Amino acid sequence: MPNPDGDLILRYPVAERLAHWTIAITFIFLFTSGLAMFHPFFFWLSSLFGGGQFMRFIHPIAGVVLVIFFYPYAAREWRNNRWLPVDSEWVRKMFAYMRKEELGLDTHRYNGGQKLMFWSMVPIIAVLFLTGVVTWQPWFAPTFTASLRRIAGLIHATAAFIMFVGIGIHWYAAYWTKGSIRAMVRGTVTRAWARFHYPAWYREVTGKDQS
Amino acid sequence: MANQSLDVVRQSAGMATPPSARKTMVVGKLIDVSRCIGCKACQAACMEWNDLRDQVGSNRGAYTNPPDLDDQSWCLMRFNEVEIGGRLQWLILKDGCLHCSNPGCLDACPAPGAIVQYSNGIVDFHEENCIGCGYCITGCPFNIPRLRRADSRVYKCTLCSDRVAVGLEPACIKTCPTQALCFGSKEDMLELAHHRLGDLRERGFAQAAIYDPPGVDGTHVFFVLPHGDRPEAYGLPKDPRVSPVVQVWRSPVARGFGVVTMFSVLVAGILHYMRHGPLEVPEDKKPEEKKEP
Repeated sequence: MPNPDGDLILRYPVAERLAHWTIAITFIFLFTSGLAMFHPFFFWLSSLFGGGQFMRFIHPIAGVVLVIFFYPYAAREWRNNRWLPVDSEWVRKMFAYMRKEELGLDTHRYNGGQKLMFWSMVPIIAVLFLTGVVTWQPWFAPTFTASLRRIAGLIHATAAFIMFVGIGIHWYAAYWTKGSIRAMVRGTVTRAWARFHYPAWYREVTGKDQS
Repeated sequence: MANQSLDVVRQSAGMATPPSARKTMVVGKLIDVSRCIGCKACQAACMEWNDLRDQVGSNRGAYTNPPDLDDQSWCLMRFNEVEIGGRLQWLILKDGCLHCSNPGCLDACPAPGAIVQYSNGIVDFHEENCIGCGYCITGCPFNIPRLRRADSRVYKCTLCSDRVAVGLEPACIKTCPTQALCFGSKEDMLELAHHRLGDLRERGFAQAAIYDPPGVDGTHVFFVLPHGDRPEAYGLPKDPRVSPVVQVWRSPVARGFGVVTMFSVLVAGILHYMRHGPLEVPEDKKPEEKKEP
């Protein structure tokens, strides 16, 4: 989609950006409150929420907000995240990519790493939601047995840990790849950026051959 | 809830070393079920001392009333009707917190200082620190703590920690008319329990036993059960212990590992950025841009 102003290409329409940042802010809410309950080292984070009691109250509600925004967003993006041979190639050359070697891959809208992130978040958020409901006091937890709540608690903490690490990588990758935070904030990327990172996507949106 | 900060040996979600200069006598409450007549005086005394008033309930065909423990009933007489050896037995159990030496509630609790264990063995909830997550309920092998919806705090028997702290016996002990309830040092109470056990066996209760479950390192409220081979008949779990799932879930090692790993992602990012710098579109790819319309 060429921009009338010149060289910028629209990568993330406003609806996607709003959804993304709603999810991001909700995640930070969940991350800080969850961390406070995960380890006493971080319990001071409960002060950000006006104390432990309110933090405990708001955490599951933030979880529901995350689910409400994440799955429609994921439904919109899943086609762009279908796994292709080029993505397996990316995964094989992942360390070379991290050393900034040019892989010469004909990448579509997302690379293999981004797709891995997408497909890990889809089940993990569902698992966090379901196990969260099982341990949600006072409304839902009493309807489940204690042994189920114990297992749910363990799975919830484990899945949250995986998600924290995954989102940590996501944050770093966004900071590392110059131009991507701008893309998610303002929506647009330069032609050179699009051609360098996502050549197949570039051809698709501009109708131009790369060379 | 009295101020016994010098006597706290363990607190939930605690990272600090507790004060340990002072030691107190390790206490025990013996409940000799064979002597209990089911008068409920202990239940009434508990309400009175702790200023609790439960809802007036309705008859459900048994003497158990209210039907379950809750935030207003920390002590509940359960009247179990069980057939043993072809005869109907009325097994009366004074239900409430057993004050485990290794309390699952305390292990599970994420709120610093919401659950404490005193050097005398009492496990106490400090409701002002409780966040209402209910993990203690999940961690308890005996299903004792109860969440109060109105304030999102969890309540249970304190073993009258306020009375014990000033040298008094718990309210239930003071009121028991048959000495089914006895209170003192755990050592003395165990000795008394063995004595009672001998009496019971002489009277033909060959299976009589002391219920002081080793799976939670013993409890500070323990029973003499005439049908000691069948604690389930009284509503007590056969082999209670802190669930291995809870042990893994709330283990400081597992959670410490999680925190360290999360920190390492941050450190790895900094090191990677130092070594390789940002991923930018190379300069030689940019001039082409100007040729585009």
